[in-house]
Amino acid sequence: MAGYTPSEMMVARAARELRNGEVVFVGIGLPNVACNLARRLHAPGLVLIYESGAVGCVPDRLPLSIGDPCLATDSISVCSMVEVFNYYLQGGLIDVGFLGGAQVDRFGNINSTVIGDYDRPKVRLPGSGGACEIAIHAKKVIMVLKQSPKSFPERIDFVTSPGYIDKANLRLKYGFPGKGPVLIITNFGVYGFTRNTHEMILREIYPGVSVKDVKANIGWDVKVGRQLATTAPPTDEELRIIRRELDPRGIHLR
Amino acid sequence: MSGKVMTMTQAVREFVRDGDTVVIEGFTHLICFAAGHEIIRQKKRDLVACRLTPDLIYDQMVAAGCVRKLVFSWAGNPGVGSLFGLRRAVEDGIPRKIELEEYSHFGMVARFVAGASHLPFMHLKTFEGSDLPKKNKNIKFIRCPYTGKRFATVPALNPDVAIIHVQRADAEGNAQIWGLMGVQREAAFASKKVVIVAEELVPGEVIRADPNRTIIPGLIVSAVVIEPFAAHPSYALGYYDRDNDFYVEWAEMTKDKAGMDNYLDEWVYGLKGRKEYREKLGADYLKKLEADNRPSGSVNYGF
Repeated sequence: MAGYTPSEMMVARAARELRNGEVVFVGIGLPNVACNLARRLHAPGLVLIYESGAVGCVPDRLPLSIGDPCLATDSISVCSMVEVFNYYLQGGLIDVGFLGGAQVDRFGNINSTVIGDYDRPKVRLPGSGGACEIAIHAKKVIMVLKQSPKSFPERIDFVTSPGYIDKANLRLKYGFPGKGPVLIITNFGVYGFTRNTHEMILREIYPGVSVKDVKANIGWDVKVGRQLATTAPPTDEELRIIRRELDPRGIHLR
Repeated sequence: MSGKVMTMTQAVREFVRDGDTVVIEGFTHLICFAAGHEIIRQKKRDLVACRLTPDLIYDQMVAAGCVRKLVFSWAGNPGVGSLFGLRRAVEDGIPRKIELEEYSHFGMVARFVAGASHLPFMHLKTFEGSDLPKKNKNIKFIRCPYTGKRFATVPALNPDVAIIHVQRADAEGNAQIWGLMGVQREAAFASKKVVIVAEELVPGEVIRADPNRTIIPGLIVSAVVIEPFAAHPSYALGYYDRDNDFYVEWAEMTKDKAGMDNYLDEWVYGLKGRKEYREKLGADYLKKLEADNRPSGSVNYGF
């Protein structure tokens, strides 16, 4: 399989980040595809938890919604949302929070609420869902979203879910249990965060993508790591599972 | 037969009044579309509609002009995108402007827990560093009297009426759910009146044979409506699957106001109730969504 789409690259790269045995709080969209890809490949023991209350899910089709029936059937436990947020998330059991969003800024703060002014929105987005508390409590956060100057602006229109908040990392002041965002996976490459200023830094780039492409598609002069790795393209096996099993109708990876 | 069993038309007429704070809960699973449709048909107005995830049914209620204010935490079409009826109301004031009161899921869950516990508020660790408290003055912060640590607080939510769809209930409204339970138990205990809508009416012995599965006891229930397929296009585990195709098509269907209006005319105003809705969908369509057979092992309650 020679060709692949940027979305397929993103999902494959995101899946490789997950380790067998980790407990993942799974968000809707591409994160959902990535977690289920990882579970079918190198991480069969990945514990998937969905905010709907399904714990240890083994969905035999890709759930369109995070409350799909296939998440309950054969799961380890189905609990109420009171338990999932209080005991699992606030209780510190989540290793990885996997989030998307409409906009992200350099400190990993996420907007999934509104484009434009909150009271007179240009586009009204769905809102937080569980993202705000996942961003605060998960031991680490991985983000997956497509990159453009609009989705990675200098300033986001609304902070729905906090990353490092600013360069001083206000997470420490607020006493957030989770470390914060560690990785952002886009359609151009992969970013980490600098240790001192807590801002995005390009660490990996996809085959065929140049640093110029990356810089042309982000709203500020983004830092670029000194040793830039090239991400391995999706394997045939990854592509086969994505296309045949996870998203045969192309709903998720549009 | 208990005096609680009634039709959807009666239940909505009696228990949903103009201006009420209403919650039709159900997280993806067991969302009572039939109740929403009846609310639209009876032209209820100025409702404060609460739900974590407004979903397609609140999209329709907003588009039909029933809602004054939405209290929520995630307003989208899961896995698909926008709710266009809701967006038209928020962005363009069509058919009317609606007020938004917005939380995160944890915030809404905590509001129902406070409401169900009859406490004035609940504290929780979230919202700091987010802009949500700036836009919603109901989100406040306090210091813990024991540790001095800061926590967010949200006020109790005590709706006038909760409408909860379940797989089975007896005539007293003892209601059992299995599969995803969302926040239905808390929403029911938090509300002043509870209407149970069940796929199936069962004898009290069936409930008593498996009491751990009873999510809502009849003692807080005012009305019981027996209405198979009342959750479509949502689902009832063990009865019928989620109609994912419908959710995907909804976006295309309702992108324009005309599409939404056509849907409401044909599938809500044009029908008397769920029975006609089932008939209009047709046996083949229902058959396609029928659940396969995955019974649980039973346990011994003996002593």
